[in-house]
Amino acid sequence: MYEKDGERYFIVDGHIHFWDGTPANQANRYGTGFINCFYDYHRNLSPEHATWDLAHFQRQSEADILHDLFEVGHVDKAIFQPTYLTDFFVNGFNTTEQDGVLAEKHPDRFIVNGAFDPRDGEAGLAALERLAERWRLKGVKLYTAEWKGDSKGWLLSDPWSYRYLEKCQELGISNIHVHKGPTIYPLNRDAFDVADVDDAASAFPELNFIVEHVGLPRLEDFCWIATQEPNVYGGLAVAMPFIHTRPRYFARIIGELLYWLDDTRITFASDYAIWTPKWLVEAFVDFQIPEDLQGEYGTLTPDIKRRILGLNAARLYDIEVPAGLGPATPEPLGPPTVAAERNEAVQR
Amino acid sequence: MTAGAGPPVPITAVWQALATVRDPELDEPITDLGFVASVDLDRTGAVTAELRLPTYFCAPNFAFLMVADAHDALRALPGVAAARVRLIDHFAAAEITSGVAAGGGFGAAFPETAADGRDGLDDLRRTFWRKAHAACQELLAFGLLTAGSDHAELVRLRLGDLAGRVDRAGLDRLRRRRADLGLPDGDGAPLLLGDDGTPLTAAELPIRLRIARTTRLSIEGNADWCRGLLRTRYPERSTGTAG
Repeated sequence: MYEKDGERYFIVDGHIHFWDGTPANQANRYGTGFINCFYDYHRNLSPEHATWDLAHFQRQSEADILHDLFEVGHVDKAIFQPTYLTDFFVNGFNTTEQDGVLAEKHPDRFIVNGAFDPRDGEAGLAALERLAERWRLKGVKLYTAEWKGDSKGWLLSDPWSYRYLEKCQELGISNIHVHKGPTIYPLNRDAFDVADVDDAASAFPELNFIVEHVGLPRLEDFCWIATQEPNVYGGLAVAMPFIHTRPRYFARIIGELLYWLDDTRITFASDYAIWTPKWLVEAFVDFQIPEDLQGEYGTLTPDIKRRILGLNAARLYDIEVPAGLGPATPEPLGPPTVAAERNEAVQR
Repeated sequence: MTAGAGPPVPITAVWQALATVRDPELDEPITDLGFVASVDLDRTGAVTAELRLPTYFCAPNFAFLMVADAHDALRALPGVAAARVRLIDHFAAAEITSGVAAGGGFGAAFPETAADGRDGLDDLRRTFWRKAHAACQELLAFGLLTAGSDHAELVRLRLGDLAGRVDRAGLDRLRRRRADLGLPDGDGAPLLLGDDGTPLTAAELPIRLRIARTTRLSIEGNADWCRGLLRTRYPERSTGTAG
């Protein structure tokens, strides 16, 4: 919980990891390249006081996570999103089982999500059943750019993907987190294209599709899909830290999301350990759309911030929100007044 | 220049040739983006250029296009006897460098792409030309709307009407995007065209401009992010060196 200027915020960090990127676990140059790429993200967008050395970035201890998220990070509940990458890392980068160890020790703090890979065929369907039973999964994180031998990735619209999504529905796994980058597949097309999410979201209206990184670097494709599919959500991992280095760009991303999606389908995430939640939460609560952009995008109210920081994810995961931490005004019935009408005025 | 005293082509011309190569996704010259790590020109007119990218996992298809375009731009330069473009610090550096040198196209460098029968990158390039075109148009339209124009006027405007009303560089840019796509780019061409060249109507204009505006934010934001990552990755050799 975070409190500022008399407003209280319930915080759900919707995308965190407990990874092992140490040299000993790097299977090849791809694993090395992967963690170094993340480290550049971290160094490029973190404020100096929240920038780590490479060794610390490669691996965090249990104590580090508890400290960074809950002791100082204002987070009430955090959701583990696994990224297996078993072709790049000897023991995997961040598996359900690794995350689950912490989740079992601190059940009031963590939710652990699973994963599936449609290229695993029938055997993978059975494995998903076991995984769901073992960890009582409510969500899966899908990494479509995962390499597997000669295959460099897959699409949500693949026939086998639909078999797995049907299985998710059957198992009560309702939250499908889709991660599109850094990604390279299909090699000869735009690998960041989120059109396959559109197909799957139409085909499975009862599942929620949370597009991580709000589709960046294809914000426009994501927004377009989200306007048509009410079950598509935007996760702010990777978008959040722009609040520090590029606040105007951040303002415009948030403004665009509010314009196309409204404030009930956007969820906060630090992408820990790429970034840490403390400074992100504090900066977001302090944040306002710059005055000269308010004509186009409106302003961020405490309720909008409350929904983004925790209430939206709490709804997706049935997380109980303590009394007094809900919105000051109930959920809006229609789209919020933030941007749409005013923007049309600019364009007329 | 005295014969035999130096390379048969000035180094500035080599940089200018490289400056014609754009990142297909970011729609900016690779020289402005800082992607040209080094250029070497010897007395025989052999050029070797090294390209670097913001991350190890930058999309190999875009990387291939830039390396291939740089290779073509250098080969087309009078006085250049041989051109070699090397991609460095990238997971597919070897395939891309040797694939471009061999001249077999993307499908030959990455045989697995041929599986879906579309081993070329023409569609990919056109997708991003279309995005750049929509964003370019929107930028001009936004300026006109802010200056008091309305949608009814926008759909009537032709490129020839815009002199003095919009930024000249922005207009030139739009004409180049039109030429890339084979769309009308003369003075009589409408300011606002759909991807297929059909003039936009007043009815569809609000939504088309709005999504184009999001596209423009996306392109500008990505370019900024890529520049930032490149600076983080190569702090000792900062960006923006056009020679």
